[in-house]
Amino acid sequence: MKKILCSLSAIVLLAGIATAQEVVYPAPAFKGKLYITNATVHIGNGQVVEGATVEVNNGKIVQVATTVTPASGAKVVDGKGKHVYPGLILSSTDLGLKEIANGVRASNDYAELGDYNTSIRSITAYNTDSRVINVLRSNGILLASVTPQGGVISGSSTVVQLDAWNWEDAAYKMDGGIHVNMPSFISRGGRRGGGFRGFGGAAGETIDPNKAALDKVEDIKSFFTQAKAYLAEPTHAATNLKLEAVRGLFEKKQKLFVHADQVKQMLVAIDFAKEFGFNIVIVGGSESFLIADLLKANNIPVILNERHELPATEDDDIDQPFKTPAVLQKAGVLFSINDASDNTRYRNLSYNAGTAATYGLTKEEALSAITLNAAKILGVDATTGSLEAGKDANIIVTDGDILDMKSSNVAYAFIQGRQVSLDNKQLQLYERYKYKYGIK
Amino acid sequence: MRKLKLLLSGLLFTFLLQAQETFPVNGIADKRDGCYAFTNATIVQSSTSTLQKATLVIRDGKIVSVGTTVSIPKDAIVIDCNNKFIYPSFVDIYTDYGVATPQRQLGAGGFNFNAPAQITSNTKGAYAWNQAVKPETDAAKLFTIDDAKAKTYRESGFGTVLTHVKDGIIRGSGAVVTLANTEDNFALLKEKASAHYSFSKGTSTQSYPSSVMGSIALLRQTYLDAQWYKNKPATEGINLSLQAFNDLQSLPQIFEAEDKWVDLRADRIAKEFGAQYIIKGGGNEYQRIKEIAATKATYILSLNYPQAMDVEDPNDARFVSLADMKHWELAATNAGALEKANVNFCLTAADLRDPKLFLTNLRKAIEYGLTPTKAFESVTKTPATLLGIYDKVGSLEAGKLANFLITTDSIFSEKASILDNYVQGKKYVVKADGWNDIKATYNLVINAPSGAINYTLDVKGAAAASVIGKDTLTPKFSFDGKIVKLSFSPVAPRRGGGFGGGNAGAAPAGGRGNFGAAATQFRLSGIANGDVWSGTGEDTAGNRVTWTASFVKATVTVDSARKRPTPPLRLGKVTFPFDGYGNEELPKQETMLIKNATVWTNEKDGKLENTDVLVKDGKIAKLGKNLSADGAKLIDGTGKHLTAGIIDEHSHIAAASINEGAQSVTSEVRIADNLNPEDINIYRQLSGGITSSHILHGSANTIGGQTQLIKLRWGANDDDLKFKGWDGFIKFALGENVKRTTSQTNNRFPDTRMGVEEVLNDAFARAVDYQKAMKIDPKTRRDLELDALVEIMNKKRFITCHSYVQSEITAAMRVGDKYGFKFNTFTHILEGYKVADKMKLHGSSASTFSDWWYYKVEVTDAIAYNAAIMYKAGLNVCINSDDAEMARRLNQEAGKTVRYGGVPEEEALKMVTLNPAKALHVEDKVGSIKVGKDADLVLWSDNPLSIYAKSLYTIVDGTVYFSRESDEAARKKIAAERNRLISKLGGEKRAGTPMRAPEPSWQYILSCGDHGHHHGLITIDEQEGDDTN
Repeated sequence: MKKILCSLSAIVLLAGIATAQEVVYPAPAFKGKLYITNATVHIGNGQVVEGATVEVNNGKIVQVATTVTPASGAKVVDGKGKHVYPGLILSSTDLGLKEIANGVRASNDYAELGDYNTSIRSITAYNTDSRVINVLRSNGILLASVTPQGGVISGSSTVVQLDAWNWEDAAYKMDGGIHVNMPSFISRGGRRGGGFRGFGGAAGETIDPNKAALDKVEDIKSFFTQAKAYLAEPTHAATNLKLEAVRGLFEKKQKLFVHADQVKQMLVAIDFAKEFGFNIVIVGGSESFLIADLLKANNIPVILNERHELPATEDDDIDQPFKTPAVLQKAGVLFSINDASDNTRYRNLSYNAGTAATYGLTKEEALSAITLNAAKILGVDATTGSLEAGKDANIIVTDGDILDMKSSNVAYAFIQGRQVSLDNKQLQLYERYKYKYGIK
Repeated sequence: MRKLKLLLSGLLFTFLLQAQETFPVNGIADKRDGCYAFTNATIVQSSTSTLQKATLVIRDGKIVSVGTTVSIPKDAIVIDCNNKFIYPSFVDIYTDYGVATPQRQLGAGGFNFNAPAQITSNTKGAYAWNQAVKPETDAAKLFTIDDAKAKTYRESGFGTVLTHVKDGIIRGSGAVVTLANTEDNFALLKEKASAHYSFSKGTSTQSYPSSVMGSIALLRQTYLDAQWYKNKPATEGINLSLQAFNDLQSLPQIFEAEDKWVDLRADRIAKEFGAQYIIKGGGNEYQRIKEIAATKATYILSLNYPQAMDVEDPNDARFVSLADMKHWELAATNAGALEKANVNFCLTAADLRDPKLFLTNLRKAIEYGLTPTKAFESVTKTPATLLGIYDKVGSLEAGKLANFLITTDSIFSEKASILDNYVQGKKYVVKADGWNDIKATYNLVINAPSGAINYTLDVKGAAAASVIGKDTLTPKFSFDGKIVKLSFSPVAPRRGGGFGGGNAGAAPAGGRGNFGAAATQFRLSGIANGDVWSGTGEDTAGNRVTWTASFVKATVTVDSARKRPTPPLRLGKVTFPFDGYGNEELPKQETMLIKNATVWTNEKDGKLENTDVLVKDGKIAKLGKNLSADGAKLIDGTGKHLTAGIIDEHSHIAAASINEGAQSVTSEVRIADNLNPEDINIYRQLSGGITSSHILHGSANTIGGQTQLIKLRWGANDDDLKFKGWDGFIKFALGENVKRTTSQTNNRFPDTRMGVEEVLNDAFARAVDYQKAMKIDPKTRRDLELDALVEIMNKKRFITCHSYVQSEITAAMRVGDKYGFKFNTFTHILEGYKVADKMKLHGSSASTFSDWWYYKVEVTDAIAYNAAIMYKAGLNVCINSDDAEMARRLNQEAGKTVRYGGVPEEEALKMVTLNPAKALHVEDKVGSIKVGKDADLVLWSDNPLSIYAKSLYTIVDGTVYFSRESDEAARKKIAAERNRLISKLGGEKRAGTPMRAPEPSWQYILSCGDHGHHHGLITIDEQEGDDTN
């Protein structure tokens, strides 16, 4: 048998022949052995192995070592001078549910009507043909937790892999999380009147935002209390789908993802964990840096939304959002970093982690925040998130540091050992206009 | 009882009945002179004249004489004012007394992307085109007495007010009225006393203007139109509003500004048109005292201080900014600070939660630095003089109106109470029980059926007294100045026993027989008549009694309630800006030597290793190896990278409003008119190496407003923020936003890209005609909108054009070709890669996002390789932010062009430095490191295109505005200062001061629309008129 050298997918795009996104195909299942040789391998758990080879068999990682010799006839990718990472994971996203971010209602399927949508399942609307997916793959993102929004309880999220014909192929871990939105404890006022838009006179506002929020929290608690009672009874004359849908939370087969940014919202989430015994995850976590020790003490993990945000208040440290990951790391809180930017459509996940590395994390800790930590939080770390033996071969190979924009070009990507296409509409248009202007 | 009532009314209401000559009398004529003499008083005639033991004589509502030797007319009723003070009643120059201020309906007017526009005015008649322009409003014609409201003013010491209708941008004339409860005709003192303005459109439901800068433009245009209208142009017909506007110009001009920066904006308009406004300030003038003083305007200051906030809960306190807490602490220093800076001002009770706070807050202002003399003048002579009524009110002189206050003490003393407020000779009782100091002992005699019983009545106050007979008894006592009520049991309660029927077991002690059994009680009431009180009563048995109480002697009051000496005020310092990250002193220009850095020159030399750069007098003085300079501040650049400051071609920070979206052509509006130099994002962006920002109008309309290039001189005022010596620019926009894609009910032309092109075509066709007309006839109506377009055609003003798709880009360039101008820069330009060749021919620069895409339909073909293709096609390419957050990382956005399309590193850096400098025509001053250019520099910790690069020093004009050390120091200072104020507020709470709930300090983030970043927890994305991307 002979070694098959992998070809750059971009080379398929011969100058002047623009292929449409419609002919970017999901890769077929890969049987047999695959070796990525002689690369700088970032395991995802903090370890880095220089000059190492990743050995894959039937889609699973066999080992990462410096002493491996590829079996003859196996597929070999030359990793010399390159970096190998676990596939990146978007921890919470509307990918596949929202096609064009604004202005096109018909392309939106991410928020259902109603308040307690526990039985709503994001996966049923997940569009594997979204044009965003291919672009994300080319930036190293291979898995995503597709999450519904809206209401008090939005529904369940499913982890998908980003190279599939249909949502049933895409599903990686089905319905693993139920998502609840914490009410805000901040009163919405208006500063300096503003002659034009009047956001209402804030001075002397009569509604106590704390009380209003706690009333809503009581509603949520009451829902779960009733669900618990309902689930204790094995048979029902009238089936209640909303209550049925949270069985997994009580059985700890699902996690409760609490979308919360403010300290008080997070304190309520901790209270939920204690009262109902749920596995809780905080999503958002803007102010998590203020209660890192409490989060650690209660074993609550955090999905930090995009780090490229402004500080919460004008007096805050101007770099606070950049520094928060390091605060959580130091306190021992399990956290991942997410990208929810509508303008760039989540393609900057690795740079969000890179910024955290600039402001206090080590590069490998920053990498974990978008790989292994995310996998742990989403409950898929048994099969992905790091390049450890027995896990799925969800791997990216880059020309340089994935965290730094100028060197982060992704050369190859593999999902479950399948080499996936890195082509996308943007590259195709690039080729089309290079052709127009005769640019090499 | 009936008699008593009559007697009372005679005492209380010494009304001077007035009747107008023309009004028939129904009944018997009852004309009285109302002649009074107030004797033995301390009369404060004016701030310069105080008379002791003096007499004030009034007749017919006017002052007859004031002095120490005046003769008292025989028919005068003499009122002894021994120990009393008499002051002229105050004048409030800012009220809407007696004219209703129309209330704006919630959500009405303004510009809303999703609602139909109201293009024309709803006002019927031959008036102005804009509903917010109503110079014809005449307060005198609307005025009618509102005694309930007058009472609240009188109780605070006011006798005369200026009233006007607080509605609209041009609000018409104000009238001076007294607060007397008389005929409207008598209360009205001066019919046309003032003209009023503001930037707030009030109840106008018309879409235009929808921004601060739109209001400014409308006001400026109205000045021009009124000037032009003087020649009765046939093309206008009769315009009652412009006529009225011209009539207003001779009056005192009062502008409601409400914030220190608005004060300055208003003053600039006044100066432009040869006027001088009297500015109703916002109470925060002390924060920019130098600029305020430079206006030379007179101010009207409200004493409405922010109420203390309850910041006990640290999670709530967190959202209250240091700036808001500091303002709470310092608001009362405002008047004093203006006085020190020799700024003239009046004080007003306007905006107070409760008008009764006026004197209390005025005393606080005095405690915080205002002199009593100035305080007095600011409510008497100053407003009266401004309004031309000092011959009538404002001091106590013969011939003036009998408007005066009788007080118990010097008016600004905390002990002082106003007893009576006379307006036009009519007495209004403010505090009846304060006239006599009732703390005294009286001889109380009760004439019971059994005979007279004597007690000593020791009156301790209006509701406290003791009755001393055999025992000292504590009666129920009340005295309101006239009526006395007293009830007591002559028997002292036993120890442990109750008083009255509640304790049946307690035997009456001593039982003074006549009064029967237990709980005998006298219930007395009567009338005070000078030193003798008398009245009737009953005992428990129902026996009628009479009683008298005669004055024996006044209680010698030992001032035990004297306050502990007030500790000296400990107040925070004013910082520039008035933000946590502001500085007490502005950073200074320095001579600096940056040693041994990797210098990205952006010039022929390219990247120089181990190189020194000397900065002197704000310029780059030298570039080379092993430089030295005596006295220069040394900055070690070893292992670090020095670049020119980052220039953001597309930004929306530092402005009070961004979009004037109410019309499709608004070239008359100017960002420069509404800069906000206190935007915290200026500081945040300095930390990302930004030194210059091009502040653009939004994208709500095809021809938007004039833009402003600024330098990020943190702490400077609005004018000093401007980049001096640049060509003017203007924002245009194409595509979805200007055709209002998200609205289902758009009625504003255009609705398609076909229409957008024609809006451009039409605007310039009009501009061509206008230019011709101006040449032929200089009296042609000046049109600020067309002026700006003429500037474009004459290459005096340049376009930066929001654009996305290739069709609209091409169409725009063809309009430019037709009228002989070019589109200097296309911004956003996400399909620029499709027409880079055409843009190159046209001569446009491109300013784009590195990797934004697919956030709306017109960017479905946006690609991250756009910048690279345009660069390779030979265009001048910039990477911009259009986003307050991303601007902090613009260097890294440039770094993305290396990854997407392989732009060489030095060329990538130029996309955020030299290229925007070229696009903005300032490459001779900034954008590269070259001797002679402005020292706008950034020292980076790493390769500036890398995610790991942090700005260590950001230098503008040779001044370090940001460094990691100073930032750390600022954070410590903020923490300490917040801590101090939170504990001070806690002290207020414990002292029982009324507190309000903590109010988060919301910040508005303005954007033209294309943004999606998370801006923090307490920000409002205020896209005025643009809620799409």
